[in-house]
Amino acid sequence: MAVDKNMNVLIVDDYKTMLRIIGNLLKQLGFNNVDEATDGSMALTMFKGKNYGLVISDWNMEPMSGLDLLKQVRALPSNANVPFVMVTAESKTENVIAAKQAGVSNYIVKPFNAETLKTKLVSVLGEF
Amino acid sequence: MSEDKKEIGRDKVIHLINSVIEKVGAADDISREHIYAELQDLHDVIEATRADISATRMTDISGKYIPTATDELDAVVAATEVATGTIMDACDAITAYAEGLDSAHKDFLVGEVTKVLEACSFQDITGQRITKVVRSLKTIDEKVTSLLDVLGERSPGKTGLTEDDDKRTGDARLLNGPQMADKAISQDDIDKLLADLF
Repeated sequence: MAVDKNMNVLIVDDYKTMLRIIGNLLKQLGFNNVDEATDGSMALTMFKGKNYGLVISDWNMEPMSGLDLLKQVRALPSNANVPFVMVTAESKTENVIAAKQAGVSNYIVKPFNAETLKTKLVSVLGEF
Repeated sequence: MSEDKKEIGRDKVIHLINSVIEKVGAADDISREHIYAELQDLHDVIEATRADISATRMTDISGKYIPTATDELDAVVAATEVATGTIMDACDAITAYAEGLDSAHKDFLVGEVTKVLEACSFQDITGQRITKVVRSLKTIDEKVTSLLDVLGERSPGKTGLTEDDDKRTGDARLLNGPQMADKAISQDDIDKLLADLF
């Protein structure tokens, strides 16, 4: 099934720079409906008010971390399967395991490049 | 450290000393003078330690060096964020310009802009690392402050380095940059100053 590039995408990061980088890279990949949040709680509020086809989130944020956001999103029955990609500098094995156990769709370690982002998105959304 | 904790610490010391006195007092073959001499030695050691710590000016760690270091690091994060924002603004402008070019030129420019954007993620990574360092410094600050409280040293407020602390002489004393924003003068001020001087 073709990927709907008009779907709503939510990117979550407490660094404005990273929000801009990911937003620009998504735009280059053809995704134009991109919303931004600066921590998990803000993202969760936005998530409950709109249908998102993809979430790309940092981990290390306050007051709500990306992992907590992931758990909350997965706890919502209607969004149990929404693709959720963690983009983080946390690169220890236990982090990846915890994210996987919480239901992460894919995991990107910072710093990353456009090719890596595209590859991971293809793996969770399908070819586009 | 809270006042309650300090009181508990002092009480414990008093209790221990009393305990020693009782135990030593129970032994018939130890004279009162001997006990007092031992306690005096203990007192002297404690006072000498306090004097040594005072001489090393541990209060400067908490009152001057750590606040200065954390302020400088916060300034690094802020400056790189501003600079990265400027770079990304330029990237956006180039990308918009590329839209009007032929395919080959557009692809080339967008490809190069993508590399610049990827490189800009350094700001996020370095920012997180610096934040970790600042957190560690604040933990050290808390530990030092607690230790000083136990020893009865007064912790100074956030005073920053003073000229009196600077042992450098001559032109070397002029090298203190880059200044924090609230301590720097603007280029306009400098131009005005130069105009007034010459």
